[in-house]
Amino acid sequence: MPKLLAISSGGGHWEQLMLIRPAFSDFDVLYATTLDGLPEKYGLENHTLVPDCNRNDVKAMIKSFFKILWLMRKQKPDVVVTTGAAPGLMALAVGRVFGAHVIWIDSVANSEKISLSGKIASKFVQLHLTQWEHLASGSTKYIGGVL
Amino acid sequence: MIFLTIGTQLPFDRLVQSVDAIVGDIDESILAQIGETPYVPQNMKAQESLLPREFDEAVGECRLLVSHAGIGSVLTAQRLAKPIIIFPRQASFGEHRNDHQLATCKKLEGRPGIYVARTADDLRQLITRQVLKGPNTGVDVAELEIVTNLREHLSLTFGSTF
Repeated sequence: MPKLLAISSGGGHWEQLMLIRPAFSDFDVLYATTLDGLPEKYGLENHTLVPDCNRNDVKAMIKSFFKILWLMRKQKPDVVVTTGAAPGLMALAVGRVFGAHVIWIDSVANSEKISLSGKIASKFVQLHLTQWEHLASGSTKYIGGVL
Repeated sequence: MIFLTIGTQLPFDRLVQSVDAIVGDIDESILAQIGETPYVPQNMKAQESLLPREFDEAVGECRLLVSHAGIGSVLTAQRLAKPIIIFPRQASFGEHRNDHQLATCKKLEGRPGIYVARTADDLRQLITRQVLKGPNTGVDVAELEIVTNLREHLSLTFGSTF
C-alpha cells in the first residue's frame, strides 16, 4: 500500500485536514500536526508531532525542518498532503526533494487571495488547490472545499 | 452554557471584553478560553487554553459558541451541530496579520447556524436572543466533492501501484 504523509498545523488547518481525510482511504497514512492531543481526539493511531513554526521565528523553523527531514527519511511517503501552514509548506518542499508527489490545499480561510505559503508552494507542487472557485487560475485548481 | 473561544494563536481582548460586559447582564453560565493575555475578565470564569479534547467537550456542552472568525471554531461548531457567533479579528487593531477573518465573515454570513457580529452591539443582540438555530444536520450525508475528486486524483496518479 502506498504511503501518505498528511500534515498540518493545529487549529483550523487540522480540522480541514480531518474533513478531507476520507480521500486517503487507499493509503497507509501517517498524520503529523503541531498540537498534542489532536490526533488522539480523532482516534488516529499512526501519528506524530512536529514543532510549530512561522516565518518570523528562524529557530523554530530550523527545529521543524529537522523533525520533518527525519520523518521523511524514516517514512519515505509516496504522497505528502498539507492544508498549511508553515510546517506543511516545509514538508512539501522536503517531500519533493525526496521524490514524493506533493499536494498543497490552501486553507478555506483564504477566500480573497491565496496565502503567502500557498503562493510559494505553487512554484513546485504537483497539485495546487484552492477551496474557492473564484481563486482558481492557471495551475491553481478548484475541486471543492470543506465549507 | 455559552462557550467563548479566541483560538489557539493570538489574544483577542476586544472580543473577550465585549463578552465580559454582556455576561454581567445575563443569567447564563459561561466558559471563556481567552489565550495569553493580562486582561482579567470581571464577570466570567476564564482559562488561557484548553486541551483538544476539553475544547470539543466544551463545544458539545454549550448552547452557543462565541468565537473569533477562525475556521477551526466554525468547523467544530458544524461538526457538533452548534450555533456559532463569529466576531472577526482586524489587522488595523493588531489582532491578526491580515484581514482574512473579515473575508471569512463576508463569505459565511447567512449560512445556517452561523451568525456574524461585527460590533459589540451585534454581539449583545445575538447573545441575548433566546433562540439561535444550529446548522442543519443529518441532511447532507453525501461525501464532500473535494474528497471524491482528491481520491480520484490520487488513484489516477498511483493507479499502477493499487
